[in-house]
Amino acid sequence: MEQPNLVYFHKIADGDQAIIDKFVSILKSEFPQQLANYNENISIPNYHESSEAVHKLKHKIGILGLEDSYKLAGLFEQNLRNQNLQYQKEFEVILKNITNFIQKL
Amino acid sequence: MIKCIIIDDEKLAREILSILILKSEKLVLVEQFSNAIDAMKYLNSNKVDLIFLDIHMPNFSGFDFVQTIKNPPKIILVTVDKNFALDAFNYNCIADYLVKPIEEDRFNRAVKRISVKKEQPVITPILPDTTTKEIYVNIDKRLIKIDIASINFIQANGDYILIKTEINNYTVHTTLKKIEEKLPKSSFIKIHRSYIINVNKIIDIQDSTVLIGKELIPVSKNNRSILMESINLL
Repeated sequence: MEQPNLVYFHKIADGDQAIIDKFVSILKSEFPQQLANYNENISIPNYHESSEAVHKLKHKIGILGLEDSYKLAGLFEQNLRNQNLQYQKEFEVILKNITNFIQKL
Repeated sequence: MIKCIIIDDEKLAREILSILILKSEKLVLVEQFSNAIDAMKYLNSNKVDLIFLDIHMPNFSGFDFVQTIKNPPKIILVTVDKNFALDAFNYNCIADYLVKPIEEDRFNRAVKRISVKKEQPVITPILPDTTTKEIYVNIDKRLIKIDIASINFIQANGDYILIKTEINNYTVHTTLKKIEEKLPKSSFIKIHRSYIINVNKIIDIQDSTVLIGKELIPVSKNNRSILMESINLL
């Protein structure tokens, strides 16, 4: 399974640790909020709001270099728009993977 | 330098863009916003050359924003989903689009394109032609769309105006002068210092009043001639 990384942050920041730290700090505060929003809506399930939540999370998935996960998130987002929960489990594995990664930062 | 703002509800997206802008020698970031409504308020009294605009925002999307603002500056759309960006080609003011996560090389190419076009005049959107059909008013931090043709009249009331339509009434914190500028002059005329009416809604005119719906609107002496010129008088 592909693993999250901070390559993108390093590229944008040109290796400036202060900038990378700021990116990480925002990631650590913003990702749990978006995750909570997703969990709240998918538990109902509120399809439209869930697809919006996945859309937002997709950006974080891309930032963390998870290319395959990014594609799967796109499929899940599309499914949710059609009131279809296919790929929910796979998507939530990705979220768990990111959560574990962020907790170690 | 190209003065720019960022509109994006994601803090991390704003921060990444702000670093890319900081690294650019051609751009200066003057403000950033987490929602389009605050940005619209800012643009009412501030001029910028370029907007980095997220498409996918709750309540009021990037496209809603583009359709609402008059005389937009150049806009670079920012989106996670490039399929949304295809709609960008409906608007002349949209110069380019960037797919998130934004790659620096692609960002620099977009900025270079903007720099080349900077001396060209600002072009208003090809689509939609809603500026004459609809008007958005800010009520309790929501932008409410009103069909202009449905407006009966507008009444000044202190720091507010009351917009009376066929169905609803809207109280908006603005002036008659400001809304008058947004309305088509062919249909809307000021007949009194406190009233703008839709001439298409007039039922009858009598002495110093016009009847619209069930309400009598006063006509001032100075504006009576304007009223008479605007109607098809036999």
